[in-house]
Amino acid sequence: MKINDVILRTVVKAVVFIILTLGVYLFFAGHNAPGGGFIGGLVLGSAVVLLYLTYDIETVHKGMPFDFKKVAAFGVLLATGTAIGSIFFNVPFLTQAAREFHFPLLGETHLSTVMIFEAGVALTVIGTLVTIILSISEDE
Amino acid sequence: MIVELAILLPFIMAAVIPFIYRRFKKVHIGWLVLAVPVVLFSILTTYIPRIVNGQTFTKTYEWIPSFNISFTTYLDGLSMIFSLLITGVGSLVILYSIFYLSTKESLHHFYCYLLLFMGAMLGVVFSDHLMVLYAFWELTSVSSFLLIAFWHHRKASRAGARKAMTITVTGGVAMLAGFLTLYTIAGTFSIRELIADVGIIQEHALFIPAMILVLLGAFTKSAQFPFHIWLPDAMEAPTPVSAYLHSATMVKAGIYLVARMSPVFGGHEVWFWAVAGVGIITLFWGSFNAVRQFDLKALLAYSTVSQLGLIMSLFGLGSAAHALGYSQESLLYTQATFAALFHLINHSTFKGALFMMVGIVDHEVGTRDIRRLGGLMALMPFTFSIAVIGSMSMAGLPPFNGFLSKEMFFTATVDILTLNIFSIESFGLLFPVIAWFASVFTFVYSAIIVGRTFFGKLQPERLEKPPHEAPIGMLIPPFILVAVVVGIFFFPNVLGRNILGPAMKSIYPSFPTKELIVDISPWHFNTALLMTIGVIIVGVLLYRSLPKWRAVYQLFSQKYTLNAYYERIIGFSESKSGWFTRLYMNGNLTYYFIYIYVIFVGIVAGYFVLSDAFVWSPAKDSAIEYYEFILLFIMVFAAVALLFTKGRITAVLLNGVLGYSVAFFFVIFRAPDLALTQLVVESVTTALFLLCFKFLPDLTKENISRAVKFSKATISILVGATVTLIGLTVLHYEKFMPISTYFEDSYNLAGGKNIVNTILGDFRAFDTMLEVVVLFIAGLGIYTLIKLKAKKGETDIEN
Repeated sequence: MKINDVILRTVVKAVVFIILTLGVYLFFAGHNAPGGGFIGGLVLGSAVVLLYLTYDIETVHKGMPFDFKKVAAFGVLLATGTAIGSIFFNVPFLTQAAREFHFPLLGETHLSTVMIFEAGVALTVIGTLVTIILSISEDE
Repeated sequence: MIVELAILLPFIMAAVIPFIYRRFKKVHIGWLVLAVPVVLFSILTTYIPRIVNGQTFTKTYEWIPSFNISFTTYLDGLSMIFSLLITGVGSLVILYSIFYLSTKESLHHFYCYLLLFMGAMLGVVFSDHLMVLYAFWELTSVSSFLLIAFWHHRKASRAGARKAMTITVTGGVAMLAGFLTLYTIAGTFSIRELIADVGIIQEHALFIPAMILVLLGAFTKSAQFPFHIWLPDAMEAPTPVSAYLHSATMVKAGIYLVARMSPVFGGHEVWFWAVAGVGIITLFWGSFNAVRQFDLKALLAYSTVSQLGLIMSLFGLGSAAHALGYSQESLLYTQATFAALFHLINHSTFKGALFMMVGIVDHEVGTRDIRRLGGLMALMPFTFSIAVIGSMSMAGLPPFNGFLSKEMFFTATVDILTLNIFSIESFGLLFPVIAWFASVFTFVYSAIIVGRTFFGKLQPERLEKPPHEAPIGMLIPPFILVAVVVGIFFFPNVLGRNILGPAMKSIYPSFPTKELIVDISPWHFNTALLMTIGVIIVGVLLYRSLPKWRAVYQLFSQKYTLNAYYERIIGFSESKSGWFTRLYMNGNLTYYFIYIYVIFVGIVAGYFVLSDAFVWSPAKDSAIEYYEFILLFIMVFAAVALLFTKGRITAVLLNGVLGYSVAFFFVIFRAPDLALTQLVVESVTTALFLLCFKFLPDLTKENISRAVKFSKATISILVGATVTLIGLTVLHYEKFMPISTYFEDSYNLAGGKNIVNTILGDFRAFDTMLEVVVLFIAGLGIYTLIKLKAKKGETDIEN
């Protein structure tokens, strides 16, 4: 029996982009407002999971040809890498730096190395979440 | 500078190999690896003149200053000998392995492990700091484990690797305890500072325990009786590995430690008897057991055990000079140490050559069993000459270097009888007697190697391949070694003055170097020569009559061998710990929940009850709004309904109601970050639950007794009560300082206005980092559990 999921598919097509946008927003908002790497990663990951639930694995994989295990591994490397990186600037392990930068069009922007660390967290969360759900659902 | 480079270079190369080995399809990657030891060896030799002049090279890098750990390298005469052996024999072994291992093997693993070992071993001999030395020491055990198990599809390889690891690491941990004891005594980890403080150390009550612990490490590593049993089993490794790790270098790490620490411990009676006694027993037991072996490699393994015992006992005898202090009389006893260093080099040369010879035979003929070998002399003339020179040197015959050091060994055992301390008069006579008997057996097994392999009748039908001479590449390394064997015999004093002398200075810092150097004369006549002549006569007789007295070995019951005891100890600890683990890990999730909750209630509620910390002051709380009552009612309803549900789907949805309600509370109490996280986590877990349900059976009603029901209810209520009471208490808890004030200045401290995120990404970033790693490991764990499990009907790949 084939389940009629036209409504789900149509809704997801639109909703996924909203969720993804929200995820990206939350990730960048994290420093001064609610959000952050963990929550941003979780939202992005759940968007991917939603896609997998609605469409089959092959279709989604065509659109996003990532090996999510590697995404997670890269995230861990990024997070630990920024931590170790601080040693080379002669400051203690995990020290983060922040500075104000002036960009054309964007104006004053506050940039921080925490961002890289948080990106690592986000990628690990996305990668692990999708890996776990995919491997369980693919199991016979 | 060069010394740090010597330690680092192998590690750097080991890190590079996995990335470039794919480019080496046609060319053997060993050629690239060969550059490392060759370069290091050539650079180290340029330091010899300066070392001879008494210079030493030190360099310190702060590593963990808060724990007083620094990376200090130290190059002196003693570390020079070992580093030359490591790089010199290393070069030859790598050259040999290029021809021994085909490109079909996983060579990148092999050379990666081998370079790890080389770097670690150089680290052991160059480290001045005991903790750094310990780290490198264990790394040699680990790389040895990986190399023994290189052919990990064989059961014997895995068993041998595990045995070697268990025994050497156990000794290593004892050694660590010994180092820590030394630190408590002297307050320093630096070997040179320990040697300077030797007076304080020897008076301390913990001196003997520290010595015994350090010796345990040395004895296990150097395969001394009764810990030698791992070495024969380690012969499952590829032959280049056996030649390098298990005869020339790693097993000598224990000897290095004894030599290095003898200025600290030497001069004490316990040290003298422990090192010399264990050494001489090992010498005899190893050579006695080597004779009974049929496998050529096993024979060489026992012979290595025995030769290591010889060197060890010489260091023990030499330590007597420490007790006497510097005088003309005590110089006599330092000659034992000189002989030890001399034999250390000689053993590496002839044993390395012999191992390579056995590897050639195994490689070209397909077997190492002496019952199947014989008559190979005419077919493999070059291999034969290597075997003859190596064996004669090992048996202590002229004109080879083994003769000289064996003679010096005999002399040392006789000279020690003149010692008038350490109650030498009671057992001292045993030294020359045991040494002589052990040498007879050494002669016999050396004769077996040559006689049973190359003489006798050829049995082509019992060989795997038609015998033929080895390729030139496999012959060059052993030929270089046997050339050294002969060269040292004719020019022993070149070695003595330039290499051994400076090393003697490191072992006897208070003695003048000039007088420590022994003038070795190849042509001499003394008691030792008479002993050698006796060895030859009796050895030839025993070799001739071997079939008649071989039955002696049947007298030893298989039940009481050391191996049987080892197996029994391992089996016992496995079964007992298995029994204990199964006691509580019974696979029933209900039990695991009970453990978690009982411990939680016990510790948390226990603390609050004992410290009388529960606070109940509703007057200070703010008033509860009506919408909070509504949310609370929803939650209570969902929680109670959860208890009575029949289906899993309903249960999950009710659980979701609880979770989302909590998220609403977070919103009400203005914690947007928590609310967001709670909402998303709740959604994802619900999806995950739904996914898993297709694998689970329907919920069924359990038939459990009233008592079990009652106890479960009690635990549940206790957990709920604990959490509730703590929730009420923490609002007014005053025993600890609140930490929230610290985070208020987050923008200046961490550059962010969102306190929650600055805590996650900055204040407590270490926690976050480790959590990320844990999350990743958990994900990989689930992936491997599901994806890599054996399919139904498939057998395990093991064996």
